[in-house]
Amino acid sequence: MSWLETIKQAILAWFDDFKADFILNFIEDNRWKYLTTGLGNTLKITMLALIIGVALGVIVAIVRSSHDNIVHELRPGIGKFLLKLANGVCKVYLTVFRGTPVVVQLMIMYYIIFASSRNGVVVASLAFGINSGAYVAEIFRSGIMAIDAGQMEAGRSLGFGYVATMRHIILPQAFKNVLPALANEFITLLKETSVAGYVTVRDLTMGGNIIRSVTYSPFLPLFAVALIYLAMVMFFTYLVGKLERRLRSSER
Amino acid sequence: MSDNVIISAREVKKHFRGGAIKALDGISTDIRKGEVVVVIGPSGSGKSTFLRCLNLLETPTGGSILFNGVDITDRKVNINVHRQKMGMVFQHFNLFPHMTILQNMTLAPIQLLKKSKAEAEEKAMALLERVGLADRANAYPSQLSGGQKQRVAIVRALCMEPEVMLFDEPTSALDPEMVGEVLEVMKDLAREGMTMVVVTHEMGFAREVGSRVLFMDEGKLVEENTPEAFFANPTNERTKLFLSKVL
Repeated sequence: MSWLETIKQAILAWFDDFKADFILNFIEDNRWKYLTTGLGNTLKITMLALIIGVALGVIVAIVRSSHDNIVHELRPGIGKFLLKLANGVCKVYLTVFRGTPVVVQLMIMYYIIFASSRNGVVVASLAFGINSGAYVAEIFRSGIMAIDAGQMEAGRSLGFGYVATMRHIILPQAFKNVLPALANEFITLLKETSVAGYVTVRDLTMGGNIIRSVTYSPFLPLFAVALIYLAMVMFFTYLVGKLERRLRSSER
Repeated sequence: MSDNVIISAREVKKHFRGGAIKALDGISTDIRKGEVVVVIGPSGSGKSTFLRCLNLLETPTGGSILFNGVDITDRKVNINVHRQKMGMVFQHFNLFPHMTILQNMTLAPIQLLKKSKAEAEEKAMALLERVGLADRANAYPSQLSGGQKQRVAIVRALCMEPEVMLFDEPTSALDPEMVGEVLEVMKDLAREGMTMVVVTHEMGFAREVGSRVLFMDEGKLVEENTPEAFFANPTNERTKLFLSKVL
């Protein structure tokens, strides 16, 4: 029976260690607050970046797909010139922001472009939003391009202009089609914000790291951080699944 | 030009690759109020292209189209305003899948004619009643059969109270047993005096309600006559050959 006793002792010892570790990392000096304030900042940055990213992405997607769809039909003039110019600008934007690491973009934003601002959360939101916009744009563009050309023709034949047809007929359908890809981008964005610490923002990851550097006990703070990210991602995946089902059921 | 001409096509051309391909090679005809003009011809003859040029879904590369005396091929003209008066029905229905039948029908009247929702819905319901689909008002297009979809597409266009209706092979994508219900709606419309331009392969329809038949081949208007004369005594060789195959 002595081996059973040994296991029992080991478990108890481990539990005591865990308890001590837990108290050290989260309870002592109210260290758990690093995680909660960090989580708050992570959510703030993600939400703001999402809004910026979707707004930017939709605009860029409309410009790019409009250019590809109708520029050859336009007669030479100021309208055609402006569309071509806007398309060029969008292409440069997509190339630059998809072609460089987001951490580098973040640091350029914080240390160069907004060097005078010390509001890291806002600057980080802007950086992640502009970066995400490039990916959202391509997601939306594929959604717009996938809509049957007959939809645009039907809208135009009723007397809607190009923009009104986009707004009432094409974009609502495109949005529904790209929702899964958009949710994926949102989840990526949420996790990407974990590098915000590079510009001194105290996000969730930074919070865990601060605790680790104070307590010299990496296990619990880092796993706690990982668990919180995982829980959030699972929760959002669940929400999007529900939304998707609701959107789809309306057509059956 | 007599004042009851609604659409006047003048030497309408649609050339591709700098004239190497002539989808339309100078089509001229007048559509008068109350007329049912049926356009027939072999596939590739340009009949759909011609129809789509009438409301500028295709931009002609030459010639002009006068709608109520206004040259709508003039780039200064706001085509959207004129299209409100030209209803169009497509081969593949092109209903908006994310909207109910009622929403499909009321979108344009509410947004473009600035009708109130109640007013637009009342008109839509009356039209749905007429084509026997009032009970499907809150269904989505995917829940309808092909024939039902096309009837909805017709009344959706009618909600804008157009002066002329353009039909682009409205029964070609339908199962044979559903062709009849769509043709019935079109015949009703014709009897009420709606001006219609119909691209179709339904010779029976052309004979029964057509006031004029246009026969097109290789981008040209080959023959133009009343249905009686057209089907009884075709003059053109190409027309004779075509009719011998389809009748």
